[in-house]
Formats: sequence, structure tokens, C-alpha cells
Amino acid sequence: MKAMVYRGPYKIRVEDKPMPKIEHPNDAIIKVTTAAICGSDLHLYHGLMPDTRIGHTFGHEFIGVVEEVGPSVQNLKRGDRVMVPFNIYCGSCYFCARGLYSNCHNVNPNATAVGGIYGYSHTTGGYDGGQAEFVRVPFADVGPTIIPDWMDSEDAVLLTDALATGYFGAQLGSIAEGDTVIVFGAGPVGLYAAKSSWLMGAGRVIVIDHLEYRLEKARTFAHAETFNFAEYDDIIVEMKRTTDFLGADVVIDAVGAEADGNFIQQVTGTKLKLQGGSPIALNWAIDSARKGGTVSVVGAYGPIFSAVKFGDALNKGLTLRMNQTPVKRQWPRLFEHIQNGYLKPNDIVTHRIPLEDIAEGYHMFSAKLDNCIKTLIIANPS
Amino acid sequence: MAASGPSTPYVANKPKDIPTAEALRARIPGWGVDLDRKDRPSYPREIYDPEGTGAHWDYPDEQPDSEGRERSIEHGQLTPVFGTSVPLHGVSGSIRRYAYRYSEGRAAHWLLLLLGDRVEAWGAHASSFVTLRPDNPITETGVLSEGRRHGIASRLGKKRVDVNHQWIDPIVVAGPWVAASAGAVLAVRAITRRGRR
Repeated sequence: MKAMVYRGPYKIRVEDKPMPKIEHPNDAIIKVTTAAICGSDLHLYHGLMPDTRIGHTFGHEFIGVVEEVGPSVQNLKRGDRVMVPFNIYCGSCYFCARGLYSNCHNVNPNATAVGGIYGYSHTTGGYDGGQAEFVRVPFADVGPTIIPDWMDSEDAVLLTDALATGYFGAQLGSIAEGDTVIVFGAGPVGLYAAKSSWLMGAGRVIVIDHLEYRLEKARTFAHAETFNFAEYDDIIVEMKRTTDFLGADVVIDAVGAEADGNFIQQVTGTKLKLQGGSPIALNWAIDSARKGGTVSVVGAYGPIFSAVKFGDALNKGLTLRMNQTPVKRQWPRLFEHIQNGYLKPNDIVTHRIPLEDIAEGYHMFSAKLDNCIKTLIIANPS
Repeated sequence: MAASGPSTPYVANKPKDIPTAEALRARIPGWGVDLDRKDRPSYPREIYDPEGTGAHWDYPDEQPDSEGRERSIEHGQLTPVFGTSVPLHGVSGSIRRYAYRYSEGRAAHWLLLLLGDRVEAWGAHASSFVTLRPDNPITETGVLSEGRRHGIASRLGKKRVDVNHQWIDPIVVAGPWVAASAGAVLAVRAITRRGRR
């Protein structure tokens, strides 16, 4: 089968790899129809995530058709059209039993701090991902869900991570009616977080980025006020000014490890890999929240230390909330929101490319060319 | 209070200019449908419901062929299920296996893993040149999309702050190769000179 493989920082290619096989009785093999490139894939692509091995296949956002199931699988059969949450989880450990699916303890031998994620290095368990024609899906009775007939395929693939994560990020903010919410990052997760903040009753939603075309999408798709931080000498002062010098009730970091805005942090964090990423967005989130406010972090960071302004978070009495998203827990409510017309996930898709072109897809997304916001990979055209 | 007097947060009032719920509901589709936290799927954070996950086991069957599988020493046992992509191998595998002697709390663990990543990448690039498919930096970096996807127009006049560090990327990618090539040339020249003496 054809699959994207990692060849070192900034280099990937499509290779022929052996077909994945059933390795556990509750495995399924999924024939991937559509996958997506996630902003967090760029951390792997840039060599930021420790234990990313040559030959590894990325891709944790994908949907497809069941090709084969293991002997203990009860809920799926060959031919079912399924969406697969990016979390790999057992459904029965201490954490899964309490709904913390992204913190499963039975799927990632390589680290205890993070659960299992498809195609996201050995630090998250060493599972190949879905930017391929086929993929092994462990715990087929737990994670995958049959795609409802009414659901658009592109919406389904966006539900496997980006939409669920944006929605979860807004929830982590514990938004109350009339709250002012600042979202750092107008990528897919930031756009969905901004949109979701309204559903939870926000009174103002402000989105910050430096890419004007993404801010335009934040205005039209997410009804948000926008600020281009490149146009201000100090975006924090501007945020204080626009909130009557109070600060925001809730700030959502939807950027993560590759934030721009400070040259030194960028170079030490993302070029030289001396930090677990550049913590600019997180520090700005801490700075722009009001005292007693909440900072929600759904941008992804690496496991290495980062220069985070923790003292300010302490002195301001902030609540910091974060996690990888327990995706499937979000789905029933998100399905309702899509059916009611409150969310139209695929409005943010800008590019659809074949698997063969994935190296150019990564560069385009990484370098922010061609007004790219979200790129889908068509693995097996139906 | 006079309009020109102190305002929030120097007094107790809430900020002004927040629209009413009615105005927001009229402007934003779905505004406030999740206002009640009980409607938010991750509230409360923990809900004990082992029956609701689809798992029909108390503890999963253990995946076979686990011998030699590396694991964090913060785990009490090997997890019953694990990934099998790219098992440890070669010099980089030895470095990584050594890294797993340290807990996730130790910088040595992560820095050794990063070292293993770089050693494996250099080795894979070098060894690719004795295969039928050597690494191709043009196609593998996707840099041709600069032409096909409006690389110049996407940057010029856009006030993008990432442009000030993107010039480093080619150095990060090609730098080690240039340095290694220069080193090889210098070594060959030194050997040649020594031979002439």
C-alpha cells in the first residue's frame, strides 16, 4: 500500500509499505478514504517531537471503510463507513472509565504523560497514522463510530480532531454568559474554538493571528473581532485597552509549539529545538487574561521544558486548564450542532490533494502558502 | 458616577459594551445553546461510566510479540496494546533504548531521544544513496509548491511575521549536509597533501 513516510525534519515522501495487519483481537484495518493534515503534524514534520522515527507514517485525522476486523470485534463489520477519533484508547482503564479517553493508560508504553495517538511518534505509542491507504485501528469496538448517513464526509474527518478540539478548548474555558473570550490562533482549531465560544454564551470573541487571510475567515466564519498582532507594537497592551484594561475572562491558546511573535523564542523553540516549542502564545494568553480568569490550552506542546511565565499565572490567580481532547465524548453534542446548522465544519477547508502530493501539501501548510487553512488528503477516492 | 471618572477594573462594575443575550442570539446562529454547563459534553471533567465506552473487557487481551518492546520506566508494566511502527534498530535504536532508562521527568530522556532522531535521520539519508531510491530534497521537502502555490505572492506585502525566520529553514535542512560535504573535502585535501609530501 502507499503511505506517507517521514524522512527527517522537513522531509517526507510516499512509499510502498506492507499492508497493516490485525495484531490484537480487537483491531480493525481501515481503508482510508479521506485524511487531513493537522497543525500539530507540523511539530513532527519539523522534528520537534522526540522519538519520531524515519519511516513512521503520520496522520491522526482520518475516516474510511472497514476492510477487516479482528476476532473479538462486535460493533463493526467489513464495509462499514467509519470516523476514527485521534485518540487510541482501551475504554476500560482507570482513566477511560472516567471519560478521560485521551489519557488512556493501556495503549502507550513509551510515555505515561500522554495517551495513544495515531501517527504521532513513538512518544504517543508508535502507531502508524492514517495518511496512507490503510491503517491499523486498535480497540475497534471503542473508538471508531459509523458515520451517520446524513453527515458530509468532510465534516466527519474534521470531527476526528480539529472541530472536537476547538469545541473542547472552549469548554475548558468554563465560559459564562457575557464573558470576553480571546482566542490566540486563527488556524482550524482556533476558528472552531471561537465559533464554539458563542455556543457557550460568550459576549465578545476576539481572535488574534498575524495571517490576514485567516483573520478574514475568523470574521466571516466565527463572527469574531480580529486583531493582527503584527500591526501592534505590543498586542498585550492592545488587549488590555480593548477590554477596558480588565483583561479577558477566558483566553484560549489554539497555537501551541510553533507560535510566532518573538524571534528568539521561535529560534530556540522550533529551529534549535531547545524548548518543547515556542511558548509565545501561552505567555500572551497568561498576560491577556484578567486576574482570576481562565486560560485554556489546546495548542500542542512537546514534552521538553518551555520558558513559560508561570509566576504571572500564579500572581494573577489564573485557572489553567488543558488536555488532549477526549474526542468521542464531544461527538453526540457536536452531531446535534451540525444537524441544527450551528456549525458547518468544512467551511474552513481550503485544499484537497491526492496522497501522492502530500510533501507539497505539508510545505504549503507549513509555509502558509496559497491562503491555506485546512488541507484534506484524498487517499482512496470513492 | 461621572462619565469621566474611574472605570472598570478600578471600580466594581462589569465592562461596558457587552451586547445583550437577545442581540447576540439574533446575530450568532446557536448563541448560548451550551450556556448550561450540563449541556457541555466534558462537564464535569470526570464521569465514571465504564459501561459506556464500548469495551467488553475489564482488562484487554494482551497483544502478542511484545518481547523487547521499549517502555517508559514510569509504567508498572508493558501496556497490553502498543504500536509496532518502526521498531528500534541500529545505532539510533541503541541511543533511544538508553534514553528509556530515564524517566519522563528527566531532561536526559528527551534529549537522548532527540539525539536518536537526528542520528537516525543522518544515517537514513546517507544510506539512501546506496538504494534505488535516494533521498531527493526537492521532492521530499515539497519546495516545488513555492511555485505552484504562489510562494512569493503569499508572503509579499502581507505583514507576516514568520517571514523573518523562514530563511533559517533551508539552513536547518541543508546545513548538516553542507557542513559534512565541506568536512569531507577538507579531509580529502589534507590526505592528498600528506601523500604529496
